[in-house]
Amino acid sequence: MAFKQVSSPHGHARQKTSEIMQLVVLATVPGMLVLTYQFGWGLLINLVIATLSAIFAETLILKLRNRPIKFYLRDYSAVVTAVLLALALPPLAPWWLVVVATVFSIVIAKQLYGGLGSNPFNPAMVGYVVALISFPIEMTTWITPISLLAADVSHPALLESLSIVFAGNSPVDGVTGATPLDLFKHNDGLLVDQIYQNNTLFSRASFAGVGWEWANVAFLIGGLALLKARIFTWHGPIAMLGTLALMSMLFWDGGSSNSPGSPIMHLFSGASMLGAFFIVTDPVSSAVSNRGRLIYGALIGLLVYVIRAWGSYPDAVAFAVLLGNFAAPFIDNYTVPRTYGHDQSRSATAKEKSE
Amino acid sequence: MRRIWNAPGGIHPPDNKAQSLISGIGHLPLPEKLILPLTQHVGTAAKTCVLVGEKVLKGQKLASANASISAPIHAPSSGWVTAIEERPVAHPSGMSAPCIEITCDGEDRWIERVSYPDYQQASALQLRNLIANAGVTGLGGAGFPSAIKLDGAAKKHIDTLIINATECEPYITADDILIRERADQIIQGIDIISHLLGRPKTILIGVENNKPEAIAALNLYCHGTNIEVVTFPTKYPSGGEKQLIYILTGKELPSGQLPADIGIVCLNSGTAFAIKRAVIDGEPLISRITTLTGEACGINRNYEVLIGTPVSHLLRQNDFDQDLCSRLIMGGPMMGMSLASSEVPLIKTSTCILAPSHTEIPDDDPAQACIRCGLCSEVCPASLLPQQLYWYSRAKDHERLQSHNLFDCIECGACSYVCPSNIPLVQYYRSSKGDISNSLADKATAAVARERFEFRQVRLEKADNAREYKREARRLSTEQAKLASPSAVQSTGSSAADIIKAAQLRGITKQASPEQQRAKLERTLLAAQMRLDEAEQRLLQVTNKGSADQQTQQLASVEAAKRKVEQTTQRLTEVSH
Repeated sequence: MAFKQVSSPHGHARQKTSEIMQLVVLATVPGMLVLTYQFGWGLLINLVIATLSAIFAETLILKLRNRPIKFYLRDYSAVVTAVLLALALPPLAPWWLVVVATVFSIVIAKQLYGGLGSNPFNPAMVGYVVALISFPIEMTTWITPISLLAADVSHPALLESLSIVFAGNSPVDGVTGATPLDLFKHNDGLLVDQIYQNNTLFSRASFAGVGWEWANVAFLIGGLALLKARIFTWHGPIAMLGTLALMSMLFWDGGSSNSPGSPIMHLFSGASMLGAFFIVTDPVSSAVSNRGRLIYGALIGLLVYVIRAWGSYPDAVAFAVLLGNFAAPFIDNYTVPRTYGHDQSRSATAKEKSE
Repeated sequence: MRRIWNAPGGIHPPDNKAQSLISGIGHLPLPEKLILPLTQHVGTAAKTCVLVGEKVLKGQKLASANASISAPIHAPSSGWVTAIEERPVAHPSGMSAPCIEITCDGEDRWIERVSYPDYQQASALQLRNLIANAGVTGLGGAGFPSAIKLDGAAKKHIDTLIINATECEPYITADDILIRERADQIIQGIDIISHLLGRPKTILIGVENNKPEAIAALNLYCHGTNIEVVTFPTKYPSGGEKQLIYILTGKELPSGQLPADIGIVCLNSGTAFAIKRAVIDGEPLISRITTLTGEACGINRNYEVLIGTPVSHLLRQNDFDQDLCSRLIMGGPMMGMSLASSEVPLIKTSTCILAPSHTEIPDDDPAQACIRCGLCSEVCPASLLPQQLYWYSRAKDHERLQSHNLFDCIECGACSYVCPSNIPLVQYYRSSKGDISNSLADKATAAVARERFEFRQVRLEKADNAREYKREARRLSTEQAKLASPSAVQSTGSSAADIIKAAQLRGITKQASPEQQRAKLERTLLAAQMRLDEAEQRLLQVTNKGSADQQTQQLASVEAAKRKVEQTTQRLTEVSH
């Protein structure tokens, strides 16, 4: 009797890469819902445009590269990139902005480097940064959270939103406004307390900043669910959030007019939680060992704070992550874990001792 | 309670052990033929010591240990040797290897057994020889000759003896059932080993806590002895030698060292049983417990099989259905190898035959891209970075592979098991290890060749120099000769006649003068006489100490030297006259 020959081990755990990707998308749903509630239809429109253009771009490039299209599309990595990008881009951004960012992510940042697993930079963040640098006005126009809208103003309805996105109509006055991080960036000598009193973004907030605080909580919940499902380890996110909190505590400055804001404000504003649990944890572009991921996460946390506090952009997760990506191979070189039976860990480039 | 250390990494695959434990150890009818590969152990193949057509008895030695690391092979039943030839064996490549075929006569008649029940009176050396002659090898899967392990250990101070009854691979229950049914004999075996090793201070039996009945059986017989049964949580691969040593003692085996180097000897419980049989019953290793399991078999249970039983014989007795079977595995699902044919025989290391159905172990999905999720490094028991090893392995970056300690990989398969992209990681590592070993071997060969080449260069250079020196000497003597003859002074002209003249002159001077000839012959004679003296002296030495061969050789060289002396003397007299 003849039998098939296969190399050991025989049998595998059931979890597949495509399932991991789907779980990640699933874990963004709470954040997605909160953002949609807070900022209206714009986010969902972003999501549809980004997903479609990601799939289209991926298909096209796989065809050009002569790769099996169905096989690679089924790994859902393009969808993950699209979803993360859609969550990061401002709602009601013009359609072409979303398309440009997504296509750049998929084609340049991912496929030109060799596709899934070979990209040194997080594709979504590359797309985001390209859009941010190329179209600063569109990228910094944010919608006012629903609870802060004036009594006679409301978020545009679906059709109106579509016309804003596709026909370039401007939204009604009072629908766009500053974000909590913007306020701190453009603070003209006010004490933190005064900012908090003068601005409804803070005075009506539950603990950090209207709109963004609950979105961040939602992403935190989604992230913790992934952590529990062991999709990633705690090292990266905790190191990033820990460093961010530590830095904002160190430079809190008692709430003076120079203060860049409180730790709570920093942890629950902007893309902090989205970044910590969905971007820093991107395994492809991060450091590989647990020790390496601690350093990698801490570096990103540090950079986020430095750019927020002293740079020229109000938020900084995308820049910080890209700089972290740059540093990842270097970090890897010095954080190879100690192998069983060896006295100490070696650097990745150590040579065998010649006899 | 003894402290247990938690080894890093590891996985918890479904253990699938219950189905083969429903009934106890079974026996098979005698197969028609037994096929015994000469290599069933780590080391050199055994050397056949029977001839085709010879009648052999059960337990008779068929092949003997052939090198320092080797083990003999015995006839598992009585019958005739019907072939000694290449047969398919269990090997990843599906290759054939030399085997002895025995056609059983059905009588199963034993050879006279020499038992040693009062082993406590025996010396360590006697016991080691008994174990070596019985062909006992590690029965846990690796198959290292036990006597050699114990021999190496005897030269060092051993303070801990570890009996490995972990059996961490899913499906396999051979050790479990053996302990349940024959714990007393295993304990006897352990006592023999302990005696042989000079009674180590600590004797531990390591068992995973998923074998409560085996633990109870061991506790029953260990009561009142200094043998300690240590249980620890089930986790694959706790039964790896390095892992078990860490779990039980907290010591890490330094890379590249043997357990004996840190005062530990580690043997499988089945091996302890085989040692008991070899010493107390005088029975060589001709049978073992093998688990037959998997959904493609109607009956799942353990058998005490004769070594050399074809797998097909085992399958036939157990309602095996080939259509159901996705692959046939010898060993466990994690480290076992798939068999190309069911005609291969069971050998000393065959712990298990696993015949899973297509739903049980489906065909692998095609590998997807590595996303460096790091699940593999979470489960790696050696704390390696499998995802990096994979990338370097694909890039054939041998330097990086070595700096990431590829050779500390025990190929347990935990990384491949958890890989969400279904990448056959272990296969990559095996291939890279092979590549690196080959290139190291090539390098060594090249180094030897270079040394030889350099030596040759030096030798040639010396020879060249010597020639050059001679030429120079000749030139000088020619010039002197020219100066001596008056015509040479005029021959500095450039006409053709001058040149011819000069050439003739050179020809004349080349014909050495009688004085020169005599001088040369005298030198030759002197050298020949010296050689004769030397040869005679050597002959004297050889006649005192050397062998007959050396004597005749020296005698011949003395004769040759004598002849040379005679010849030269004769010519010298001719020249002188």
